Amino acid sequence: MADSIIATADLRKSYEGVEALAGLNLTVARGSICGLLGRNGAGKTTTIKVLLGMARPTSGRASVFGLAADAEQTSVEIRRRTAFVSEERDLYDSMTVEQLIHFTASFYPRWRKDLEQDYRRKFELPADRAVKHLSRGGRTKLALLLALCSGAELLILDEPTSGLDPAATEEVLQSLVSHAARTEATVLLSTHQLTDVDQIADHVAIIDRGRTLVVGALDDIRAGYRRVQLVFDGEAPEGLPGVPGIVATRRQGRVLTVLSSAGADRIIDEAQVLKPVSVDVLPVTLKEIFLATVAGEGGNALV
Amino acid sequence: MIFKPNPSLGVPIYLQLMEQVKHAIETGALRPGDQLPGIRPLAEQLVINANTVAKAYRELEHEGVIELKHGAGAFVSGSEQAQKLAVKFRSAQPLVTSAVERLRARGLSDEEIRRMFEAELAGFRKAGGQGG
Repeated sequence: MADSIIATADLRKSYEGVEALAGLNLTVARGSICGLLGRNGAGKTTTIKVLLGMARPTSGRASVFGLAADAEQTSVEIRRRTAFVSEERDLYDSMTVEQLIHFTASFYPRWRKDLEQDYRRKFELPADRAVKHLSRGGRTKLALLLALCSGAELLILDEPTSGLDPAATEEVLQSLVSHAARTEATVLLSTHQLTDVDQIADHVAIIDRGRTLVVGALDDIRAGYRRVQLVFDGEAPEGLPGVPGIVATRRQGRVLTVLSSAGADRIIDEAQVLKPVSVDVLPVTLKEIFLATVAGEGGNALV
Repeated sequence: MIFKPNPSLGVPIYLQLMEQVKHAIETGALRPGDQLPGIRPLAEQLVINANTVAKAYRELEHEGVIELKHGAGAFVSGSEQAQKLAVKFRSAQPLVTSAVERLRARGLSDEEIRRMFEAELAGFRKAGGQGG
């Protein structure tokens, strides 16, 4: 993809023989909000570390803005143009909110003073409060403010809404949507909060065991995945072998349920020869897609 | 007028937005010449991706339902397509009303009626899919 901000090809990273990344192929389109989804230990944080030059890949390629992520010089350039909000929200605890904003702004030549004013008002952060006395939500909002105002072309956020109440979550998501629209920045949102991604992302990458399982535009994925339920007069057949796009199959008595990633038409065509008495086609949610793909073979129970 | 789409329906969000705009035109809530919310304000209000709103507007323009005027925003089209939406919808409404009334008179619950409509629509889509 020519207009991708992040691209990895067969990316591998092992820690003492354990493969954290096992051939990851990821592309993030410019100007998108991309949800990086995976279970704990799927490789999300390792991916981010490699992209930001904090970990060296064992093999394969990773680039950000078309620059190699594993070369020292280009990695500095990548970090200069990227803002990262870590899951721990690492902030200088001894400073006040005001001090930390000024301190951080001094590092960024493209600091957005206008946005700083906006977000200070919106997030209602008490200027004189010590950072260590902020609530979890306050801490997240401050970390986010620093990232949003840095003028970065790419925002990488690790679990930005974890531990937040629904109101604070909505506020964080809204500022991301609005920021992406205002500045055309690209956002990579690493999370296991499927509802956040469902709501604001336009692209998604589902990874598991260091591999990419699903990657693409969320609306295309939503349009492609279908659950097809076929009811037969007698015992349902074992399945529909050879039909492309079948992610999972389940047989229960007279009913055969198939989860497809390639729409329902082909499955219905193939099933006609088996003379089903009824056919139902249902849309599938991102949560169901996530569970069915990361669960692999065991996922058949989820159809 | 345009409310929050439901991502957990499994239906693409831009399609949900398109349906909402069309429905607003069908019911007369939006009329030819009316201005639609801007892409960014609408994305912020609904807390959804601005690219998704832009896609819905582009598709609606492609279908002749709205017009995008550079710098000015999006407007409900005065074209025949947009006019027809309202007429088509309003003239069909009594058919649905009478069908539902007759089914209720036969003792079917609203939930049963809903399921029958949905199954029928799913069957219709299947027939369309096979033809293509």
